[in-house]
Amino acid sequence: MPRLEPKASALTEPFWEATRERRLVLQWCRPCDAGIHYPRWACPSCLGDDLEWRQSAGRGSLYSFSIATASASPMLADLAPVAIALVELDEGVRLVSNVVDVDLDAIEVGMAVRVRWESMSDGRHFPLFAPDRD
Amino acid sequence: MRGAAAIVGAVDLASPTGKLERSVRQLEIEVIRGALDDAGLAIGDVDALFSCTGMMASMELAEYLRIQPRYTDTTMTGGSSFEVHVEHAAAALALGLCEVAVIVYAQTPRSSGGLGGGMGGAMAAMGGDMPMMEWDLPYGLGTPASSYALAATRHFAQYGTSSEQLAEIAVSTRQWAAMNPNARYREPITVEDVLSSPTIAAPLHKLDCCLVTDGAGALVMTTAERARDLRRDPIYVLGAGTSHTHAMSISQMRDLTVTAGAVSGPLAFAMAGISAADVDVLETYDSFTITVLLALEDLGFCAKGEGGDFVTGGRLAPGGALPTNTNGGGLSYTHPGMYGMFVLVEAVRQLRGGLAHRQVPDAKVAVAHGCGGVLSSTSTVVLGTEETL
Repeated sequence: MPRLEPKASALTEPFWEATRERRLVLQWCRPCDAGIHYPRWACPSCLGDDLEWRQSAGRGSLYSFSIATASASPMLADLAPVAIALVELDEGVRLVSNVVDVDLDAIEVGMAVRVRWESMSDGRHFPLFAPDRD
Repeated sequence: MRGAAAIVGAVDLASPTGKLERSVRQLEIEVIRGALDDAGLAIGDVDALFSCTGMMASMELAEYLRIQPRYTDTTMTGGSSFEVHVEHAAAALALGLCEVAVIVYAQTPRSSGGLGGGMGGAMAAMGGDMPMMEWDLPYGLGTPASSYALAATRHFAQYGTSSEQLAEIAVSTRQWAAMNPNARYREPITVEDVLSSPTIAAPLHKLDCCLVTDGAGALVMTTAERARDLRRDPIYVLGAGTSHTHAMSISQMRDLTVTAGAVSGPLAFAMAGISAADVDVLETYDSFTITVLLALEDLGFCAKGEGGDFVTGGRLAPGGALPTNTNGGGLSYTHPGMYGMFVLVEAVRQLRGGLAHRQVPDAKVAVAHGCGGVLSSTSTVVLGTEETL
């Protein structure tokens, strides 16, 4: 099974549409001045809906990771072994992704990473992450 | 609520083959009958029903058994559901909302070919999209092992915990399983066996992961007053607490090294008026070895970050200072998907005393700790014998 291409909703469309231009955008609560991920109909801190989309610099560090093998799930047959990661973006938002373009044995918690794009069948892209060597 | 309600009937069913060869409904009836017999009560006495597998679970089961309950509960928090049910039943009994409560669980993933396609299947069954389908599954995060592995990696990085230390938990648990004739696996294992078993989601190996078996269990609860007239010594609910930090997406858990147990544990212990040092036997959810390690820290058996040292040297094993998962756990005894029922049944058995092989001598206070989702929900129940009241 190839990577599952997400079906966007009215709420999440801005996120996925921005990936056509290889831009990573994050939902933001204006009054709280805080990022929100995954996107929600209200800010989970203040319950307000004064929300906007802001561009992320696409840089962060690895909060945690696991190298998953095909025996973890049939779903992973085409991906495994794969570095499943929780990426902490510099904007303070955590998201699930994969670490790519890296020796799997060299991945470490705290490692600096930068977004890398992998295309979907319809022109959108998946935000993946690779070691940030700058 | 302390001491106001008691568990008076408790049975579970599992097989060394992992299979029970009966339908879920047959198994539910079998364990309900067994738990009522254990208590010396009849189905006509039951006025409260707790079940969480399937749509309108308690209604379907009550219709099938022709019970008209005056208290009903289908609370579903994954593997911790049954600890929550005990908490709710104890509160309802204390308030006089019901008098005899039955809590039941059965699932047959071993003989029916899996748990319905992992979380994708579970989600499809629930209808409606969950955020993880859009934000986690594309990256391969969709099975429990990977989520728990993320917690393990973080704990390793933050506190220097090692795979060897996690393996100690599997080794100790297997030593207990050797004394349970119904356990799926009873042959001793070593730390090296765990480390050389196939990697599922690094750093978790196959022997760090729970089984997939058929299983069933039921509890009967009543008021402390009525409990004293029944067949078995009542095992009292001294305290209970529940919390959850997220649902099926572990990306939403703020700190992967601190579970909801850091809330549910202290709540339950405070109600019971105990500290970790008072616990004679611990039955704690072991979906993975890391689940146990985090629970030990969050419940206060050791400080945060010290779980790795704590589990080393057989402390959890037979003869150790903290007998833990004395039935062989989800790692070696049985795990039908929501293991929380089995920690409760084993805690009751230990407090009743008289187990042939694995009895913890003079056990008076037991803790049953459930964990559901992906380290998402926890519920902690403190149980005690008559003299702890």
